[in-house]
Amino acid sequence: MSDFSLWIIVKNLLWATQWTILLSLIAFIGGGIVGLILLFLRTSQVKWLEVPTKLYIEFFQGTPLLMQLFLFFFGVALFGIEVSPWMAAGLALTLWTSAFLTEIWRGCVEAIPKGQWEASASVAMNYVEQMRYVILPQAMRIAIAPTVGFSVQVIKGTALASIIGFVELTKAGTMINNATFRPFLVYALVALIYFCLCFPLSWYAKRLEGKLNVAR
Amino acid sequence: MSLVSIRDVRKSYGTVEVLKGVSLEVKKGDVVAIIGRSGSGKSTLLRCINGLETYQSGAILADGIEVGGVHANLRELRRHVGMVFQQFNLFPHLTAAENVMLAPTVVNKTPKKEARAIAAEVLAKVGLSEKMDAYPSQLSGGQQQRVAIARSLAMRPKVLLCDEITSALDPELVNEVLRVVEQLAKEGMTLILVTHEMRFARDVGTHLVFMHHGKVHESGKPKEVFAAPQTPELQQFVSGIG
Repeated sequence: MSDFSLWIIVKNLLWATQWTILLSLIAFIGGGIVGLILLFLRTSQVKWLEVPTKLYIEFFQGTPLLMQLFLFFFGVALFGIEVSPWMAAGLALTLWTSAFLTEIWRGCVEAIPKGQWEASASVAMNYVEQMRYVILPQAMRIAIAPTVGFSVQVIKGTALASIIGFVELTKAGTMINNATFRPFLVYALVALIYFCLCFPLSWYAKRLEGKLNVAR
Repeated sequence: MSLVSIRDVRKSYGTVEVLKGVSLEVKKGDVVAIIGRSGSGKSTLLRCINGLETYQSGAILADGIEVGGVHANLRELRRHVGMVFQQFNLFPHLTAAENVMLAPTVVNKTPKKEARAIAAEVLAKVGLSEKMDAYPSQLSGGQQQRVAIARSLAMRPKVLLCDEITSALDPELVNEVLRVVEQLAKEGMTLILVTHEMRFARDVGTHLVFMHHGKVHESGKPKEVFAAPQTPELQQFVSGIG
């Protein structure tokens, strides 16, 4: 017991936290890029683009993230492709994030008055130009708060990657507990670290929301 | 040859037929005022001309371009057919000049500097030279609508469609917008206006179209039509307005 001073536990957890942060960043940035592409397809009013996008979103929103991780980790291996926990976790979280961000952003796009679409169409702009120059600049303003809010879900979602053997904060906690047999202390510290990561973000999201309400 | 040719156009929303075979020819330089009760189909007709609404049968040709059909070249059409809306629909995140410059730079690939010159020119035309860098929220309704007109003019349209462009304005702001439209008419711009401004329709219009129940009920020279309406519906409509 005395081998594991509090400091060593904290140090190891903090070391693992960097992988939680990195995985979150990958999922959030990757999910943001994929989500933006999907957003264009989803709001295109072109049926054969919209329907597959909708199915994609339904799949990732309608199944547990844990199942998605399993599917990527074990499923892809069936095709003879070796998947590292890193790859599986990064990919599954990216796609999962993209599905939710697309839906959040679609709501923001749809909140822009129809007149903006009609006016921009009337000066001969095409769909991509309308989105790029007229709709998204306005939608982005209202999207910032819920997007930052959702980043909290992404950070917490990375905890599930521990189950496929990805050593991030939660997995590190489990490993340290196996060595120290002090579950309450270890998991309380793990939770505290998650809280320290998430709270500033949700606080910031709330503040952004408030700011926006004043501006209106 | 007609600049805009509307032939037996029919449109339904579900089972409700809102346009029941409308035909109309508009020549270059014409100022056509479309009047009628709400629900008579006049706004729908106007929105069909630049493809904002689809129609089920008939044909609309604007500047020789077919409007209907799946493969209609709406982009090419809309470069020549401008539209001004009742609610202005300015882009709130852009200044007056940027509102005007956007389509020339994005659609026509006009260089920024040149587009800025176009913006200065058309904003001067609507009397808003000193508001180039103002955002829509800093402008009055009348000023916003004039920027919207300038935004359309920047594309050098051959026809300008005006959909009740003074209906959302406070009474004291109506005239500044009408004066701009009158000036455009004088310069030979082809205009199709859906309007409730009867005096304006009579004084500035070259043609008057009275729509009733989805059809052109009566049409002709504005002064003649207003002086002696032929149908009881128009008589009632004109007298109702006083």
